[in-house]
Amino acid sequence: MTGVIEASGLGKRYRRTWALRDCTLAIPEGRVAGLVGPNGAGKTTLLRLAAGLLAPTCGTVSVLGEDPAAGPAQLARVGFVAQDTPVYARMPVAGHLRLGAWLNPGWDGELARRRIAQVGLDVRQRAGSLSGGQRAQLALTLALAKRPELLILDEPVASLDPLARREFLRGLMEAVAEHGVSVVLSSHLVADLERVCDYLVVLVASRVRVAGQVSALLASHHRLSGPRRDPGALPAGVEVVEESHTDKQSTLLVRTGEPVHDPSWTVKPVSMEDLVLGYMSRARDDRARRLEVVS
Amino acid sequence: MIEFQLDEASGVATYLQLVQQVHQALRMGMLEPGDRLPTAQQVVARLAINPNTVHKAYRELEREGLVRARPGLGTFVTRSPSGTDPATQARFLAGMTDWLRSARSAGLGPDDIEAIYRTAFRSCFAEGVA
Repeated sequence: MTGVIEASGLGKRYRRTWALRDCTLAIPEGRVAGLVGPNGAGKTTLLRLAAGLLAPTCGTVSVLGEDPAAGPAQLARVGFVAQDTPVYARMPVAGHLRLGAWLNPGWDGELARRRIAQVGLDVRQRAGSLSGGQRAQLALTLALAKRPELLILDEPVASLDPLARREFLRGLMEAVAEHGVSVVLSSHLVADLERVCDYLVVLVASRVRVAGQVSALLASHHRLSGPRRDPGALPAGVEVVEESHTDKQSTLLVRTGEPVHDPSWTVKPVSMEDLVLGYMSRARDDRARRLEVVS
Repeated sequence: MIEFQLDEASGVATYLQLVQQVHQALRMGMLEPGDRLPTAQQVVARLAINPNTVHKAYRELEREGLVRARPGLGTFVTRSPSGTDPATQARFLAGMTDWLRSARSAGLGPDDIEAIYRTAFRSCFAEGVA
């Protein structure tokens, strides 16, 4: 199976700073994949590399089985909505649609007009005077009217109010339902991702900490709490993602394929947010430990 | 046609919430055999959730034998969950409503009532299991 984005040892360096280093991942087709991680994890760089806007310094990346910057035919297969959904401020909405039609061979003018009407945009209005939510809808419309096979969105809703965010995600999910487009989107808003994503990638410091189908991830992770004990004493096959202890109690986030039967643990299911935070703080602790070893 | 709601604070998986709401609508007689469920597109447009989640919920309902997908037409209710005689349902609903009213007029607040209900529910079903 070909993934929508496959990277191997991928790296991008700006002068002396690595924005992304040794990144290996594979995101399968037909998913709405959420990419989460702390600031500086390399999410934007990864997405820009996948969109063909940047060239890698080392390693490889393929998108829909091809080199992302292979040529116009490849660019037509991928829609990209950059951070803060940029538009041409002085150009009216109608101008954006004409530009889209002119630049994109597979342009679906009917879809663009229908969506613009649906979200209530005035085609004569200059894009610079649109609200954040309207601008995001315009950018999404332009990306969807290309009729891409893959849509990449970098923090598309970060600056929107809750209602505009919901409207945006609704438009995006309708497009997924109607056209079956694969989506990869980065966001810090885990509650939004929980609603829309069926695949999750947690990226910290260029490394994939956990990736997989959301339902499978939620089913295989549990929150255990019980009397204080050494997590090393857990049965084989139980991986501790995060642990915290008081003098009397231990609380663990674990990953296991098997149900936990030990009656002294209280077992609770985890939310996507628990999972994301668990892997992010484990990565932070690993890093702190490495720094201790070095110093 | 029923409208789905999502309770994000419930911690119940989204697809399961949809399944449970269909169960409940069937029990309460809001859905009957022959009724059509909203299309994935309609649910997505309303709730802004992943269409695969809707498909998953409908597959689960189909596996339970409650609905059947008819290609090109939609997903239709085929039968109600077993053991839900509408008259019995109505009788217990009326009894419960009477009970709630008398609890309220005795000065109990919603929290008291819920605590009583939960305790009774637990002891009743724990007995059933043991």
